[in-house]
Amino acid sequence: MGEAIVVTSGKGGVGKTTTSANLGTALALQGKKVCMVDTDIGLRNLDVVMGLENRIVYDIVDVVEGRCRLNQALVKDKRFDELYMLPAAQTKDKLAVSPEQVKDIILELKKEFEYIIIDCPAGIEQGFKNAIAGADAAIVVTTPENAAVRDADRIVGLLESANLGSPKLIVNRIRPNMVKSGEMLDIEDVLQVLNIDLIGIVPDDELVIKAANSGEPTVMNPNSKAAIAYRNIARRILGDTVPLMQLHQKKGMMTKMKKFFGIG
Amino acid sequence: MTAKSLVTIKGVKDGLVFLLDDKSDFSDVLHDLRAKLEHTSQFFSGPIVYVDVKLGARSVVDEQKTALVEILRQRGNLLIRSIQCDAESKPQEKGYQVQTLTGIVRSGQVLRHEGNLLFLGDVNPGGLIESTGDVVVCGALRGTVHAGVNGDANAVIVASLFAPTQLRIADVISRPPDEWGVKQAQMEYAYVREGQMQIDKVAHLHRIRQDLNMFKGV
Repeated sequence: MGEAIVVTSGKGGVGKTTTSANLGTALALQGKKVCMVDTDIGLRNLDVVMGLENRIVYDIVDVVEGRCRLNQALVKDKRFDELYMLPAAQTKDKLAVSPEQVKDIILELKKEFEYIIIDCPAGIEQGFKNAIAGADAAIVVTTPENAAVRDADRIVGLLESANLGSPKLIVNRIRPNMVKSGEMLDIEDVLQVLNIDLIGIVPDDELVIKAANSGEPTVMNPNSKAAIAYRNIARRILGDTVPLMQLHQKKGMMTKMKKFFGIG
Repeated sequence: MTAKSLVTIKGVKDGLVFLLDDKSDFSDVLHDLRAKLEHTSQFFSGPIVYVDVKLGARSVVDEQKTALVEILRQRGNLLIRSIQCDAESKPQEKGYQVQTLTGIVRSGQVLRHEGNLLFLGDVNPGGLIESTGDVVVCGALRGTVHAGVNGDANAVIVASLFAPTQLRIADVISRPPDEWGVKQAQMEYAYVREGQMQIDKVAHLHRIRQDLNMFKGV
């Protein structure tokens, strides 16, 4: 049996879909058999970020309404043989499926895949309930902004009451320079409020936007800092101990020497 | 007549004591009382008599008390001196009662509580604790606390890390002004004085709440 992990945040635009795409791909990079499930019915994005939009034939609503078998709706990734995606419908809304139906689909997928990454829509209504219905664990994504942290806190509370306690936290889009100057919340501030385990931090990286637009997950680009961060998170999901990324630039050789001679 | 009378009238040296049964329905007791007063009309029509009413373990609401007084007033010579019940004195015997709860009150969550609350954990922004009594937060108070919800303006709010979004005591609402800001290692509390929310360090709590004062011996 595989493990189903829901990626959620409450607030929109903090990077749920980007995180789902990159974690799914990073797990596949580690040789795992992975299926990503987009539950954002009506506003599907995961296929776009993954560059698989033009391969969709059936979607999750077709599966629920019996127009196709689950296997027919799965879209195979163009880069990895062991990476699949179950797309959301674009024409319906969240009420087109019920939590029980999603639960059944996830249960079916768990027989075949090692990891199921569920991309949750923003909000706390039906879409959220659908997304968490079949999940075994949850990852909460937030950015270092008060509004995002507030919503993440709400989500953590809802996850706890849905018996998805001890969710893991990803702090996304950190700008080290702004944190340093005190303009941005630092990770400690976020953790103090949310009180959940941190599973990774992802620096803000322009390459992420570029990658998402070209339908190529960032994680494929080893030059991107965000890619390294996502790979680290994937390894932590697999149980490895990976130290947190050092966000501040290391001092150059000259600075070190100057400091050594006491003139820095 | 019922086998056991619901109202017993005793004469004491300076008046009468009415002992009302505390097990049966209050309306039955009133009925019995009314019947008694009517049947013994001569006895109660003399000079002014002081009356003490004892309710036993029954606690009565104001309307019930009014109904009782109405009946006794029908006799012009009965002057009610006191209405006592054992229940009233009970809470004082128990002293200051507090219930302890643990957890985190997260955004969107509401913790409603009757009585005094000792909360071990954080109250996050967007979270709310409502209590009829005092609220003590052993942890970070970043959300909202409403103490004395039913109008008890003597209630206080105490927190280890005092950084609330908003505070309410009875019907007084206060937003923390900037100068409240979290000071280092200082536990604070909020109370109402002359209709205004005041903040003070917790070591001064005993000054306004004598009932919480602890006898430490000499």
